[in-house]
Amino acid sequence: MTTTVPRPDSARSPLATLRKRAVRLAEMVTTPLLPVDYLDLFDPLRSGAALRGRIEAVLHETRDAASIVIRPGKDWLPHTPGQYVRIGIDIEGVRQWRAYSITSVLGRPDGCFTITVKAIPDGKVSNHLVHRARPGTIVQLDQATGEFCLPEQAPEKALFVTAGSGITPVMGILRNHAAQLSDTVLVHSAPTADDVVFGEELRQMAAEGRIRLIEQHTDSAGMLDARSIAELVPDLHERATWACGPVGMLEALEEHWASAGIADRLYTERFRPRILVTGEGGTVTFSRNGTTVEADGATPILDAAEEAGVLMPSGCRMGICFGCVLPLREGAVRDLRNGEITTAAPGDGVLIQTCVSAAAGACDIDH
Amino acid sequence: MTVIQKKIDDNPIAHLSAEDIELIGKELDTIRQEIRDSLGEDDAAYIRTVIDVQRKLELGSRAVLLASMFPPAWLVGTVGLSLAKILENMEIGHNILHGQWDWMRDPKIHSTTWEWDMASPAAQWKHSHNELHHTYTNVIGKDNDLGYGIMRVDEDQKWHPLYLAQPLWNFINACFFEYGIAAYDLELGKNLATKKRRQNPEFRAATKQVLKKIRNQATKDYVLHPALSGPSFVPTLAANFTANVVRNLWSHSVIMCGHFPEGVQTFEKTSIEGETRGEWYLRQMLGSANISGSKAMHILTGNLSHQVEHHLFPDLPSNRYAEIAPRVKDIFDRYGLTYHSAPLVTQVASAWHKVIRLSLPNDWLAETKPSNLPSQLGKLWKMSTGGKKVRRAMQARPVAA
Repeated sequence: MTTTVPRPDSARSPLATLRKRAVRLAEMVTTPLLPVDYLDLFDPLRSGAALRGRIEAVLHETRDAASIVIRPGKDWLPHTPGQYVRIGIDIEGVRQWRAYSITSVLGRPDGCFTITVKAIPDGKVSNHLVHRARPGTIVQLDQATGEFCLPEQAPEKALFVTAGSGITPVMGILRNHAAQLSDTVLVHSAPTADDVVFGEELRQMAAEGRIRLIEQHTDSAGMLDARSIAELVPDLHERATWACGPVGMLEALEEHWASAGIADRLYTERFRPRILVTGEGGTVTFSRNGTTVEADGATPILDAAEEAGVLMPSGCRMGICFGCVLPLREGAVRDLRNGEITTAAPGDGVLIQTCVSAAAGACDIDH
Repeated sequence: MTVIQKKIDDNPIAHLSAEDIELIGKELDTIRQEIRDSLGEDDAAYIRTVIDVQRKLELGSRAVLLASMFPPAWLVGTVGLSLAKILENMEIGHNILHGQWDWMRDPKIHSTTWEWDMASPAAQWKHSHNELHHTYTNVIGKDNDLGYGIMRVDEDQKWHPLYLAQPLWNFINACFFEYGIAAYDLELGKNLATKKRRQNPEFRAATKQVLKKIRNQATKDYVLHPALSGPSFVPTLAANFTANVVRNLWSHSVIMCGHFPEGVQTFEKTSIEGETRGEWYLRQMLGSANISGSKAMHILTGNLSHQVEHHLFPDLPSNRYAEIAPRVKDIFDRYGLTYHSAPLVTQVASAWHKVIRLSLPNDWLAETKPSNLPSQLGKLWKMSTGGKKVRRAMQARPVAA
C-alpha cells in the first residue's frame, strides 16, 4: 500500500474539497448504505467500485485445464507477465478465494485477461472454474501481484523448468517477452503429450525457433531429476532459471542449484504451501467477533475460521503475502510448514499468518 | 421432573419426560444440520435478489416522491417506500444481523458489517436481540422484548393502576417503534435511574452512537430527500414520515404476534436455571407463535411469520423456514404440544386482547358483562384509587379455587 504525505491545507485544490463535500452529501442521502451500494446494482465493473471482473468465456486447453477470459473492472492495473491474480468466486453460495497465474498477452484489444486453471483432484475452485464456470459470472479480484517475473534487463540466456500447471506463469512470460528472450530453453513435464497445457502453442514456438522445448511425458518416461535436467541443458550454469511446479521438484532444484553455487540464479514459484507437520489443535476464540471455533492441528486457522462463518482477511493462502496476518493475544500456534511453535502471553499480540498456522492449544485471536 | 416442568398452573408439558425433551432436542438438531448442509447457490441467489429488489424499489419510490406534490405520486411513492423500508428491516436487516447469511463469506452481506435503516445501531441491537432476547426468550425479567420493560405481560406481575394506560403506551410504542427499540437497546430506563449509571462511560458512548444514528436517519428522511424534492418538500417529508410510521406499526405488529398471542407461555427466571439444550428448544417452542398466510406475507414479515422455526434456528436462512415448518409441526403433534399459528389479523387481535386484559386487574375483563358493568367499574375505581392493601385484598381469592 502506498501512502501520500498530506499536503498543507492551503495547497488543497478547491475542486478536491468540492468533490469531498459532494461525496459526503451523497453518503448522507444514502445512509445507512453507501452510494456505491446503489451504483453496484447497475454497473459492478465501473471505476470506483470494489475490484471485480466478469467471466467472458471458458476456453478448454486440455481435458482438465481451461483458460478463463475475464473482463476486469475499470480500475484494473496492467499486470507484469508471470504475476498471479487472486480471484474470489461464489461456489455453492460460498465465496472462495484462490490465486491463479495470468497467461494472456498484455494489452488485449478487448481489455480482458486470462487465467489458466488446471483442475486438481478434490479442488473445489479449480474444478468449478474448469468444468462449471459460466460466462457472465461476476468474480471478485485483487490487483495482480507476484515476483515471478523477468528482471528489467532480460537475461541473455534463460531456462524455464515447469511441471503440470507450473507452465501457466511461464506461458505469461513467453507470450509477452518474445522479443527480449533470444535464447530460451523450456523443460516441461506432464503425464502425457495431451496433458501439456498450451502444448500446441509451445510446439509451434519451438518449431519457429523461439524456444528450445524439452517435453518430458512422465507416464511413459518417468520424472526428471535435477541431474538429468543438467544433462539435457549442458549450459545450465550460464542461464538464469525460473522454476514452477510441485514442491518436491522445486526443492530438488534448489538443492542442486545451491550445491553448484548458483542459488542466486534460480527463481521459484510455489502454488501451495508444503505442509510438513500437524499438531494437536485447540479452541480458537476470535475475541472481537465473539466466535469460537474448534480447530484441528492440521487445518490452517484461516480455513477453520472461514468454515465457521468468520470474515477473515486473506491473501495468497500459502504463507507468502502476509495478507492474512492477525494478532494472537494469547495461546500457541504451529507453523504448518516447519512445525515451529509460536506462543503469546496475554497482551503480547504476536502477529501470526493464519493461512499457514494451526492451533496448538487454545488460542485467542484479536479479530 | 425437569426444571422447566416446575411451572405449576396449566403445565402444557406435564406429559413429557426428561427423555422426551432430550429426544425433541435431538430431532431438532438433526433438522438444523440437514438444512445447514444443504445451503447453496439458490439460497445465495435468494438473498441477493431480495436486496436487489429492495434497493431498486427504494430508489424508484424516492424518485417518484420527487414529484410528491401530485397526490398520485405521493401515494405511489409512499406505498413503495413503506414496502422498501419493511423489506429492509425485516427480511434483509433482521435476518442478516442474525448471521443467517454469514456462511456465504460475502463481506457485503455479513452480520459483522451490515448496518440498517433503523434508529438503533446494528451492533447494539445485535446484543440486546441476539444475545438477550433469543437466549432468554419469554423469561420475565430477563427478556426485555416481553413488554419492553414498560408493560405488564403476565398475571403473576402485580397489577398497578399505571398499567391502565398500557394499551396507549403500546400504541405509541408501535408508532415510534424504532426509537423504542433504540431506547431499550440502551436499557434507558435502568441506565438513567442513578447518577452512577448515567455517568458510566460505556453508556455514554452507546448513547452517543444512537444519537448519531438517529441524526443521520432523520437528516436523510426529513431534510435531504425533502430538499431534493424542491417544491415538493413538505409532501416528501410527510411521505417519509408516513413510511417510517407504517414500517414501525408493521414491525411492531409482527413482533407482537411472535410472543404475545394468548396461549403463548412465559417463564420464571428460576425455571431456566440449569436448562439443557432440549429444554431451551422446548422453551422456544412454547414461547413463540406463527402467522399463517401467503408467500408475500412471509417475506414482508421477514419470515418472522415462522416465529417458532426462527426461534428454534435463529441463524438458519429465513427462506428455509417454510420448508422446515411442517417437520417442526410434526414434532409438536407427536409430542402433544400446541403449535400456535393463525392469520395476522387473528394474532394481532389476540395479542392486543392480552395487552388490554393485563392492563386491568386479573380476571376483571373475564368477569365483566354488560349486566354487571357498573359494579365492575366501581371495583376498578376502588382498586385504582385505593392503596396497595386495598388492591391486595380485592385480588385475594380462596386458595381452593
